[in-house]
Amino acid sequence: MKNSLRIPYDRVVMAAPVTIPYARYSIESAQWWIGRALGALVAQAGIKASDIDGLCVSSFTMGPDSGIGLTQHFGLCVRWLDTIPLGGASAIAALRRAARAVQAHDADIVACVAGDTNHVDSFRLTLENFSRFNQDAVYPYGAGGANSSFALIAGNYMRTYGVTREDVGRIAVAQRANALRNPNALMKTPLTIEQYLSARPISDPIHLFDCVMPCAGAEAFLVMRDETAASLGLPAARLLSTIERHNAFAEDPMQVRGGWAMDAGELYAMAGVNPDDLDIVQTYDDYPVITMMQFEDLGFCKKGEGAEFVRQHDLTIDGDFPHNTSGGQLSVGQAGAAGAYLGLVEGLRQVLGTAGPTQVKGASFALASGFGMINYDRGLASGAAIFAGPSL
Amino acid sequence: MIDPIRPPKRKNPLLRTRLPTSPPKPRSRKSHGFTRAAAEGRFMLQCCESCGTFCYPAREACPSCLSFGLAFVDAPRRGTLLAETTGRVPSDVYFRERTPWRVGLVKMDCGPTVVAHLHAECAEGAPVRMSFQLDKGGQAVAFARPEGETPNMADDKQWREMTADPKFRRVLVTNGRSMIGQEAVTALKVAGAKTVFVGVAEPWRPFAGEKLLRGQDGVEIVPLDVADEKSAADLAADIGGKVDILVNTTEYVRSGGLLDRKGTSIARDEIDQAYLGFINLAQAFGPAMRMRGADGINNSVAWVNILSVYSLASWPAFGAYSASQAACLSLSHCLRAELRPGGVKVVNLFTGPVDTEWFQTVPPPKVAPRAVAQAIVSALRNGLEEMYVGDVAEEIRQRLAANPKALERELDR
Repeated sequence: MKNSLRIPYDRVVMAAPVTIPYARYSIESAQWWIGRALGALVAQAGIKASDIDGLCVSSFTMGPDSGIGLTQHFGLCVRWLDTIPLGGASAIAALRRAARAVQAHDADIVACVAGDTNHVDSFRLTLENFSRFNQDAVYPYGAGGANSSFALIAGNYMRTYGVTREDVGRIAVAQRANALRNPNALMKTPLTIEQYLSARPISDPIHLFDCVMPCAGAEAFLVMRDETAASLGLPAARLLSTIERHNAFAEDPMQVRGGWAMDAGELYAMAGVNPDDLDIVQTYDDYPVITMMQFEDLGFCKKGEGAEFVRQHDLTIDGDFPHNTSGGQLSVGQAGAAGAYLGLVEGLRQVLGTAGPTQVKGASFALASGFGMINYDRGLASGAAIFAGPSL
Repeated sequence: MIDPIRPPKRKNPLLRTRLPTSPPKPRSRKSHGFTRAAAEGRFMLQCCESCGTFCYPAREACPSCLSFGLAFVDAPRRGTLLAETTGRVPSDVYFRERTPWRVGLVKMDCGPTVVAHLHAECAEGAPVRMSFQLDKGGQAVAFARPEGETPNMADDKQWREMTADPKFRRVLVTNGRSMIGQEAVTALKVAGAKTVFVGVAEPWRPFAGEKLLRGQDGVEIVPLDVADEKSAADLAADIGGKVDILVNTTEYVRSGGLLDRKGTSIARDEIDQAYLGFINLAQAFGPAMRMRGADGINNSVAWVNILSVYSLASWPAFGAYSASQAACLSLSHCLRAELRPGGVKVVNLFTGPVDTEWFQTVPPPKVAPRAVAQAIVSALRNGLEEMYVGDVAEEIRQRLAANPKALERELDR
């Protein structure tokens, strides 16, 4: 293992994982969802809103607000503020920014929150206004959301590495099994591999159960130093390592790997753990094929061995490779930017031992990853974090 | 091989006509470099003046060296289809009505990768030939076709959405007395138009070429005096719902500028025929054409104007005529905007002096009426919005782009 030259996250911890149960559609605003998450954070941590002196917000639908508007909206007086528009990579980026802020005493308690509403036309409006390249060169081609773009990536990846739909389907099917134990998951019926394979095509080779369901929801957690957590009597998880990368491998004509492949060595080096040491893994599953790519890029197997890896492992809560234990976005729902937080917040509950029905016994080391912003032909942002429970 | 399209059946008048919808229109300002390319049938990409890198989508600085000298230049059209997908449930209404719809990612030989609409015969891993086309929203989109010609190539469903091919369509040519009008009738018939209606003012008055016109199958002479509002309205009441392509061949050429003419009577005639005639035609036929933009295989698709290239820069020897043409050019842009919701293209053909009696004293080169007719068909088949016909028109275009002041001075000779 290589050595990391970065300054370690000494005594930076995460606490108070909050999930506001998702709804398929909501007539409320994003601010309503974010406000509920902030309220739940304060209640769960047993602190006052005035104790929060740092705020980091992500949302696709809170326009025209950014973080600053929310301070006045929610009566927060903070000395550190960030708004992170990185889609599926927002949670990892928020954690990274917040961790360094508390480490440097720029803030003591940072609330990281993501929330989105989902009106009947929210998703279409988000698509239309996603990014300039998307507006100029993708959306006019009838892309059904990101489906067509990911269909091209998935088709190419599957052809290049001989991956079948059945291989990819194992991921979706395992996550549905996990979701059946999560009362907050929007998908409540079992999914068999036969159902997965016979689902209706959306944009070949993407079929219905490869797609996430847009919904409303919010997720949040607190970042602080361990002495702050101790003084509050808060159970907290230690942050060991993170990585973040944007626009990696621009020279690849099509995306077959994400930025993780560039930084995974550094991720494990800083954490001082190996992939084998991890008890749970929460990948960013906007499409299961992207999860398979992460298994490779995050070092659980070699490039091109993702299909074999999912054949050899049981990805359910009770399996030998517990993965996306809440059911992931594929089965819980994709609440906009909160989708970026879903795995991280669930991972935090796991290592704190508070995951309830989805709890993996003895989960101590967790990895959560993020992926986002299909600006043109590929997802640009990637990130990952490794953290450990309080007993370690 | 794709199946040829079949002649459309008679329309059932009891059924509702499907209304046109548009694919997404918003674009960045820079991206309209592709709109310009598509309008003229060119394939242009941005190329860095410092390092030579081609890039796509439209950028404000070079992704290779950050130079801001990114000019749109004609680029090699060849690429390879890396991956394709068939969209089956798009969120956009336009595409939802047209599923399945294929798109793909093309790696250009010159560097960038381009998301493109696909001709049905583009295959993964195979070379493709790229173009920018104007879609039903009037905006530029990249389109990939197979490298060579394939049978029934122009009948491809997605390609036909981008073009205004005369095949199986019904066309109104507004002036059958002119040589351009007569040549246009022949060329459009050869191109597969089902019916060509030919407008003739005062049809009892014989005219040269009449016999040939009347002898062609699928050609119907109809009474039309474009300068007469009622005449245009009457004809529209009769055939307005059957005009898929309108070719405005109105022609009224008189020499002279301002000071050597007395009074306004000739100018009034020029305006009556060319400008007010355009308005009469637009008001009579435009609304129905806009309504029928998605009306099946023979939906309404295009309005063609034959304009003098001197609509762009006055030629004092024909100065009043130039002005009437400039008025028509301006009006064509208004019409283009108003027909856009229907997905109906407005095609402007710019010609130099045509080889007809009204340009008798003008030295060559002059444009043969047949060349104009062939240009009409070519512009329709390729879905163009602007075309310069003949050497004079092309030269004026280039000189205007190079230095409009020089052109102005030099046309005064």
